[in-house]
Amino acid sequence: MKFLEKYLHKMEPHFIKGGKYEKWNPLFETMATFAFTPKLVTTKGTHIRDGVDLKRTMMTVVLAMVPCLLFGIYNTGHWAEVAEAGNRNLDFWANGGAKFMTGLWVVLPIIVVSYGVGLSIEFLFGFLRGHSLHEGFLVSGMLIPLCMPADVPLWMVGVATAFAVIIGKEIFGGTGMNILNIALTARAFLFFAYPTSMSGDKVWMAGDEVDGFTGSTALGDLATFMSDKPTIAGEQVLGNGLEAYANSYSFLDSVLGIIPGSIGETSLIAILIGALILLGTGVGSFRIMASFFIGGYVMGLILNAFGGNEFLDLPAHFHLAIGGFAFGAVFMATDPVTASQTETGKIIYGFLGGFLAIMIRVLNPAYPEGVFLAILFMNVMAPIIDHYVVQGNIKRRLKRVKTT
Amino acid sequence: MSETVKTKAPRNPLFSKKNKKLITDPLTDNNPVTIQVLGICSALAITVQVEQGVVMGGAVLFVLVLGNLIISLLRNLIPSRIRIIVQLVVVAALVIIVNEVLKAFLPDVSEKLSVFVGLIITNCIIMGRFEAFAMANKPWPSVMDAIGNGLGYAGLLILVAVFRELFGSGTLYGFPIFGDYIEGNGLYSLGYVNNNMMILPPMALIIVGVIIWVQRSRNKALIEEY
Repeated sequence: MKFLEKYLHKMEPHFIKGGKYEKWNPLFETMATFAFTPKLVTTKGTHIRDGVDLKRTMMTVVLAMVPCLLFGIYNTGHWAEVAEAGNRNLDFWANGGAKFMTGLWVVLPIIVVSYGVGLSIEFLFGFLRGHSLHEGFLVSGMLIPLCMPADVPLWMVGVATAFAVIIGKEIFGGTGMNILNIALTARAFLFFAYPTSMSGDKVWMAGDEVDGFTGSTALGDLATFMSDKPTIAGEQVLGNGLEAYANSYSFLDSVLGIIPGSIGETSLIAILIGALILLGTGVGSFRIMASFFIGGYVMGLILNAFGGNEFLDLPAHFHLAIGGFAFGAVFMATDPVTASQTETGKIIYGFLGGFLAIMIRVLNPAYPEGVFLAILFMNVMAPIIDHYVVQGNIKRRLKRVKTT
Repeated sequence: MSETVKTKAPRNPLFSKKNKKLITDPLTDNNPVTIQVLGICSALAITVQVEQGVVMGGAVLFVLVLGNLIISLLRNLIPSRIRIIVQLVVVAALVIIVNEVLKAFLPDVSEKLSVFVGLIITNCIIMGRFEAFAMANKPWPSVMDAIGNGLGYAGLLILVAVFRELFGSGTLYGFPIFGDYIEGNGLYSLGYVNNNMMILPPMALIIVGVIIWVQRSRNKALIEEY
């Protein structure tokens, strides 16, 4: 390490202003701060002194996603095997090593493409604008693969990442300036640009599916309950729909994550481990997560109260375990840049986010994955919520001043 | 008070620098769509295919040139209180002509453009040029101004439509570029898929936004101070 430090010190004069390679300063700075703490120190009076900089915050979030990633890789391998065998009742835990390798072979390229494309664009913009590489993409680059279906073509991941980084972030001025969550922008782009590769019953399982086998997800099946021909895994449901549903996707399976879905979203347990890491380190906001879950649960109860068909009657706690709801609540909605900033605002933001997510999921069968739309919508609303919270606070305090 | 000396303004040649500027300015640094942000609604609606963009651009150019000429000729006769009504009558008459001609000679394009030809009447660029230029200038400069703005609008429409048609449908002016989508040959056999979002209106807004972004970062003088 000492050797590297000496080398960097020796090279530094060439890269600072007036040096031989002045233009390449962003590159040098990125590489140097990758290994050592930056030389820059706040010169004016500081309010908070803390060792947690952007890079460390981002790494904590990436660390929190590791359980989801590992489980996602295994799950992808499992469902690829299921699709090849055409039998949904394969033992989940058998043949673990091979499944993990199959999953890795599918998931790793997606991660590589996402990071490769995203970081190159970030770097290009950093270079054009003359600042070092921002660390913001570390998290987005991991979130994007985790919210993709396993069968997504790699070039689509690349196009979506490029779109999300340029249109979602760089246009607004780079890391910390974006209005919408980057990973969700990528997902929304893919959803609207290439709907056949992002939804339906063919995309959730990697590998070649046997003829006649339907790789639908729990949500996809539930959405058919809104029509007059409810099906589960391609077979029409004749008797009690709820019972048939619980037989195919039991609550325990949904919590463990043994259901088909996007790579990282299926396992509630893995997500909750991530949530614990985020809360324990103080990176994620408890208010947003909790109110998001409560919002979803309340909407589920309201739908239950109305009832009418099996999807509306689905017990509210099921909703929290299936689809991308929990993943969105823990990793997407808590994004500190796009969420509300005020403490009261966070509760409103989270509650409405969960509320809308379940509403879109159930009442609009065209968008069974309503979570990403709900969070994007709340991203746009967050500044308004903050504005009214702040104004309300000012008004209340002014009143107090006048009366005394 | 009756003996005011009439100074004759120096005669401007037809293609003087000033007149030429009337045409070139709206094409670049004073583009009606990207700089003045007028006529956005039609730019979003009819740029799915290049053909529609060309026809729409031509229609607006025709209406704008003739309208500017007529308003400029009438400018001293129009009472200022009812000038908006007079302008509307002129645009409406011209738009009806355009609409009938399109229906007669290009029925399928006319069908695709549907109400948007009729909506040229409310296109802000046209009323804007009447108000801002034709009401205060002589016929010749007014025509030049109309040609410049019409071409600026049409050019942007076509530019946006090129992106949207190429990536949204894989064709340009109806000719397949990436191969046949239905038969799946050409690029499609490699797994390429058309981008559905290009066909949706939001993407037109994003493309116009990107064009504005590029234009402003090339010419810093266009960036407003806050």
